Amino acid sequence: MPWTLTLLLGLLAGLIIAPQATSAQSRGETLVVVTEVGPNMLDIHAPGANRPSYQAAWNIYDRLITFGSKTLKDGSKMYDYASLKPELAESWQLAPDGMSVTFKLRKDAKFHDGSPVTANDVKWSFDRAVTVGGFPTFQMKAGSLEKPEQFEAVDDYTFRVKFIRKDKLSMPDLGVPVAAVINSKLAKQHATQQDPWAVEWVKQNDAGGGAYRIESWKPGQETIYARFEDWKSGPMPKIRRVIVREIPSAGTRRAMLEKGDADISFDLPPKDFAEIAKEDKLKVTGIPIENSHRYLGMNVVKPPFNNVKVRQAVAYVLPYEKIFSTAFFGRGIILPTPVATNTFGYDPKLYPYKMGDTAKAKQLMAEAGYPGGFETPFYMDAGRTTTDEPAAVLIQEALNQIGIKTTIEKVPAANWRANQGKKEMPLFVDQFGGWLNYPEYFFFWNYHGQNATFNVSSYVNPEMDKWIDSARFETDQKKYAEDVREMQKVAMRDVPRLPFVQVYLDVAMQKNVVGYQYWFHIQLDFRQLAKS
Amino acid sequence: MTAAALRHARYVVTENPITLVAFSMLVTLLFLALVGPALAPYDPLKSDTANTLKPPSARHWFGTDQLGRDMLSRVMVATRLDMAIAFLAVALSFAVGSLAGACAGVFGGWTERIVSRISDTIMAFPLFVLAMGIVAALGNSVFNVILATAIINLPFYARMARAEANVRREAGYVEAARLSGNSTMRTLVVHIYPNCLPPMMVQVSLNLGWAMLNAAGLAFIGLGVRPPTPEWGILVAEGASFILSGEWWIALFPGLALMLAVFCFNLMGDGLRDLIDPRRRT
Amino acid sequence: MRRSFLRLVSRRLAAAAPGLAGVVVVTFCLMRALPGDPAAYFAGNAATKEAIEQVRVKLGLDKSLPEQFVSYVRDLARANLGQSVTTGQPVRAEMLARLPASLELTLTALLLAVAVALPAGVLAATRPGSWVDQVVRVLTTAGVSLPTFFTGILLVYVFYYLLGWVPSPTGRFDSLFPTPPRVTGFYLADSLIARDFETFRACLRQLALPAVTMALFVMAPLARMTRASMLGALGSDFIRTARASGLSSRTVLWTYGFRNAMLPVVTTLGMILSFMLGANVLVEKVFAWPGIGSFALESLLASDYAPVQGFILVMATLYVLLNLVIDILYGIIDPRVRIEA
Repeated sequence: MPWTLTLLLGLLAGLIIAPQATSAQSRGETLVVVTEVGPNMLDIHAPGANRPSYQAAWNIYDRLITFGSKTLKDGSKMYDYASLKPELAESWQLAPDGMSVTFKLRKDAKFHDGSPVTANDVKWSFDRAVTVGGFPTFQMKAGSLEKPEQFEAVDDYTFRVKFIRKDKLSMPDLGVPVAAVINSKLAKQHATQQDPWAVEWVKQNDAGGGAYRIESWKPGQETIYARFEDWKSGPMPKIRRVIVREIPSAGTRRAMLEKGDADISFDLPPKDFAEIAKEDKLKVTGIPIENSHRYLGMNVVKPPFNNVKVRQAVAYVLPYEKIFSTAFFGRGIILPTPVATNTFGYDPKLYPYKMGDTAKAKQLMAEAGYPGGFETPFYMDAGRTTTDEPAAVLIQEALNQIGIKTTIEKVPAANWRANQGKKEMPLFVDQFGGWLNYPEYFFFWNYHGQNATFNVSSYVNPEMDKWIDSARFETDQKKYAEDVREMQKVAMRDVPRLPFVQVYLDVAMQKNVVGYQYWFHIQLDFRQLAKS
Repeated sequence: MTAAALRHARYVVTENPITLVAFSMLVTLLFLALVGPALAPYDPLKSDTANTLKPPSARHWFGTDQLGRDMLSRVMVATRLDMAIAFLAVALSFAVGSLAGACAGVFGGWTERIVSRISDTIMAFPLFVLAMGIVAALGNSVFNVILATAIINLPFYARMARAEANVRREAGYVEAARLSGNSTMRTLVVHIYPNCLPPMMVQVSLNLGWAMLNAAGLAFIGLGVRPPTPEWGILVAEGASFILSGEWWIALFPGLALMLAVFCFNLMGDGLRDLIDPRRRT
Repeated sequence: MRRSFLRLVSRRLAAAAPGLAGVVVVTFCLMRALPGDPAAYFAGNAATKEAIEQVRVKLGLDKSLPEQFVSYVRDLARANLGQSVTTGQPVRAEMLARLPASLELTLTALLLAVAVALPAGVLAATRPGSWVDQVVRVLTTAGVSLPTFFTGILLVYVFYYLLGWVPSPTGRFDSLFPTPPRVTGFYLADSLIARDFETFRACLRQLALPAVTMALFVMAPLARMTRASMLGALGSDFIRTARASGLSSRTVLWTYGFRNAMLPVVTTLGMILSFMLGANVLVEKVFAWPGIGSFALESLLASDYAPVQGFILVMATLYVLLNLVIDILYGIIDPRVRIEA
């Protein structure tokens, strides 16, 4: 009996090891994307929609307008936030007084179920976005799109948006993933008394009219998109089918790319991108994420960090270079000032401190009344362990030199939002990035006295508010530039936070994958990709 | 120990070379746990960003990790923490579990019912998930890892102690003790309990290995020890993300150390079993 | 006979009931003690305090703990395991969808472990004290000393990355192959039923590494138990009689020795199976296996308590049922046990 068993096992092993061919043809028409986490719902307006669900929303829904593209010096392509292009709307006209805009929708657009797209669908979708609350409403508000009264379906193919104030962000805000056009007839069939916006149904089903439709969705495993052959809002995409597979292990994702089992991935650790970029098997593009930075934050209302001298002392010892090369492997740009390198107003000269001046730091600590230092917990988001843990350890070591003893606390990713909201963390590493590439937009959510969730330091300073409020609605270019400069000066003087890096959005792909373009939402736009 | 016991021990050890190997490994581990931090060539917490991710070399026998920290030092220093967690967890679990089980075995009635119910409840859980839940709920600290590991191991000792106490309850020497005026409690503590111990020692050794794997598993998923403290499970977790890009040494050495320690405990368990109760030799 | 069987079943179930009740209570308390605020997570990015409160009311988290417990138990009675916050799906649906994946992996691993450990144990029993015996003991002990997450990673490195013998560890199947039509939910069985040999082989290849990783871990107790009980059986009187009567050593070993030794092994098998169902959490994580273990792990780390509760309850129930089955099997195999029951 043992011998027959051994034979059986050997046969089994043989079956397993012998290579298996997959049809070459199917591989050529299909794009295989590997990612860590996929969409947890298909409705971007639903509460709790995670970031990968923006990718689904972007590709299966149309918006009124989209953005053009520009090519950077190194040949990589990115969206052009200053150039708005038609998508569902063929053309639009700003009213003479600038307080409204009228869109003419294309007449041949259809939803995935075959029904025509009309202005009523747009109105229903926008009403929904501003009413459901949470992130979509907050995002619409960023462009002063706040009330259903602002949206009017003039006729089946004419749609008007009335502005409640002149806001340069209103038009771009219509091109963000949240401003999706949903098939209202289909959705309304599944609406109930408690759920008038059919959130429960749209979460699980495709109610879109975008260039791709959902062929199958297995949450936690994979999402398969198929090209919508009747899509009219732009040039027909080249890729017929996209398979997005969720692979939790980064090492496996990289191995799949290198072996050719996957075509494209953008959420690998920076080390992998650095190495892949050096080898020659795959293409890597790295574009600094606009209007974003990763930073060391401090709570400015509670001791000990409520003393500005303590915060400045930290600035003097923060190991910018070490963090950049060791935690981020150079995949980004060292950014000691708050405005990102590819956002208006970027000025590295506004950094007033000398990096690595430990003596000065110790002097400041003594002046602040902490010559012997102090102890403090130090928080980080466990979801960003790959980069933030080494960064935190390096910061911990540096702070040790001036007597600040820290204990690193890793907070599970799902609880990070709650921690931000409570605003009790004295010292933490966090990041923020804004979809709309305007510095005052960033400052409004991070430094303004309105004390939004993202102002985790609880920084409230009327002087700062003055500059931010001025910048938001300033039309004169020179005054605007001055406002932005002053904002940063105050930020660097009070240092509620110390930005240290602007990370790249790194994307690795097979050499035959072309057309990749960076978008502000970070996600892939399948419509632009092709296999040569 | 009497001369006969020593002879028996020597017989078992020579009969079984593997037990000898395991025993010497255990001694080495204990030595490392006690003296390791003093012997480590580098400071396990000190980063050296000029020397990150270097493979094993003469300067760094086990290579360096992402922050340039010496892996040999980190693995050596981690020995103390891992051994401490394993021993403390098992000691706690053994102390509470065996006493509870012995009481249940001797007193019967409500004591037995309560102890049995608690044991059954714990055993009905998928144990690792229970440990995960406890650490997640109580917070990330070494103490909570010890507590969680102790809790999930309680039933083994309780059951064993109860069975053993039950058997010995009617033994002659127990009767004699009771007749000479000892209270039931005293009989339990002085006479019954010590005699239950030998068979449970085997379980203790096996449990030490299991406790260590448990703690490492918890660290692997991010529950338990905080960075930058070196602990074998965390070191393997850190190394796991590097293994597919060729930096195999970061995960391999802590993984091997963990495996050797557990292996040693398991083999010891076998040896102890042979030593203490030859009838039970497997 | 039927009456005593029913009595056995009902007695066992009654004995298990308090344990299950304890599990329900402890799980509830543990989950509520998890850090983080599911309401804040559910309310999403940039939610205001009011929005979070609204969500809290909607989730029923504003009620007192005893009230929440009552509604929890009421839901359980209707087999409603709640809703997962992270996937947005009802937990019961998720469990049903993912359970076949975990079971397929666990059963395959168990089969593999049995196929290797049993003969090894028998072999060691026939040559006690020899070097064969020592080798078997060392190897199986080594297997159980390996941390499963470490073994998994090593195997992936060697067999996928270096040798390329197995496909990428991406879960149960490569979506370039069609999923077999669902009959049992076990891809191996379903692809055979559909006579799709290519898909069968693809699924087998995906299953190989995770099954081996799990099997390595449970070989030791199996081999050890087999060896011990074989030794016990082989030393007994009836074996001596069989040998004395001139029966071939093969007959003595397998027909008499092995069959009688199987009883404790069956018990161990049951324990091991229930242990594996809980311990597959780490293996599923390393191999991206879409089973209930990996789901429970991700949910726990996201403080999404409903799936973790569901997982624990499913496991506890399975454990009870499994023990019941073993008791019955025991009774069938060994008439002495039946009479005592």
